[in-house]
Amino acid sequence: MAGASSWSFREEDFKAISEHLNALLRETNVKSLILVDRAGQVVAHVGEPPQFDPQAFASLTAADFSANDQLAKMIGEHEFSSLFHQGEKESMYLADIARRVILVALFDNRTTLGMVRLKVKVTVEELTRLFEEMFNRVGTEKPRLEGFASPEVEDEIDKLFG
Amino acid sequence: MSMINYASREINCKLVYYGPGLGGKTTNLEHVFGKVNPNARGKLISLATETERTLFFDFLPVDLGTVRGFKTRFHLYTVPGQVYYNASRKLILKGVDGVVFVADSQLERMEANIESMQNLYDNMAEYGYDLTKIPFVVQYNKRDLPNASPIKDLQAALNPGWQVADPAAQKVTPDASFQGEFLTWQLPTGEWIQRAPGQEAVAVTGEGVFETLRTVSKLVLKSLG
Repeated sequence: MAGASSWSFREEDFKAISEHLNALLRETNVKSLILVDRAGQVVAHVGEPPQFDPQAFASLTAADFSANDQLAKMIGEHEFSSLFHQGEKESMYLADIARRVILVALFDNRTTLGMVRLKVKVTVEELTRLFEEMFNRVGTEKPRLEGFASPEVEDEIDKLFG
Repeated sequence: MSMINYASREINCKLVYYGPGLGGKTTNLEHVFGKVNPNARGKLISLATETERTLFFDFLPVDLGTVRGFKTRFHLYTVPGQVYYNASRKLILKGVDGVVFVADSQLERMEANIESMQNLYDNMAEYGYDLTKIPFVVQYNKRDLPNASPIKDLQAALNPGWQVADPAAQKVTPDASFQGEFLTWQLPTGEWIQRAPGQEAVAVTGEGVFETLRTVSKLVLKSLG
């Protein structure tokens, strides 16, 4: 592999992901669910609109998970497949999906950690299947975008920089 | 790891600014943050020590605009330059689409530059990434300082080039940044050599900062085609 692997998803993948997330949202009464990829990009979001910058949140989530992965290895574990951060009012539960994506549940005292953990486990299994199917179908090779190798693209980018 | 969302027609790419400690990586991001329209960028997140040395990373998301009907968003990261923080530095490279090496031009920082460049190659190799095949730009920062090394010496030490085996890539290409220099050329012995584009900069005044970003983002977007 020359560079980092990339991935793309179609409208129907996106719809299927959103349906799983919405079902989990209803069942658990969490405030919101955010799906973040391991490189720190937001894949999907459902629930209450966040009061923070979702991109900054995603980059920190990916870094948090990566740092904990290394800590796990140091103590002889393969990975920590889930993490829990407890706050006074707000808490978050993070779970790994197919080693490529992280599901983050943000919740307060309207639900409990036990409930979140239980229901997230089921959704993680469903989403793992969905993502693995998706990766198998599209592969993890760099997606090719039509026209991006053409010289006109350079002009377009030059214009963006004024 | 570029992520393409066909549903929202968005492309997300990850750029990492690498280099020795106090070389100007964070300053590059701060300049971009200060100059880009607030609607087209997010917050600058810095995980730094109380003495403002980067501990884990700095992060800045920037919307470049629309290319071929796709909204392009670049996530800019810096790594901690200090040798001590290699474990966290390596993590930031995960899923990188393009790398900018910010070299400190000062003569006495030559060793630190070389060590950091070697560390970059090593860390990339551990992920199975090949730096000669992914978008890569070398920025020579602090060009305004009296003790700055000549560009020729910096290029020879940090960006000497690599052999090109692919016949399609064996085409003489002049380097737009440095007159009389080439990005791809043939040695008298017949081998073809290619090197990463270079860029002179003074990040504290912003000189060369956007030129660097433009060069690397062009390479990243073209690599999607």
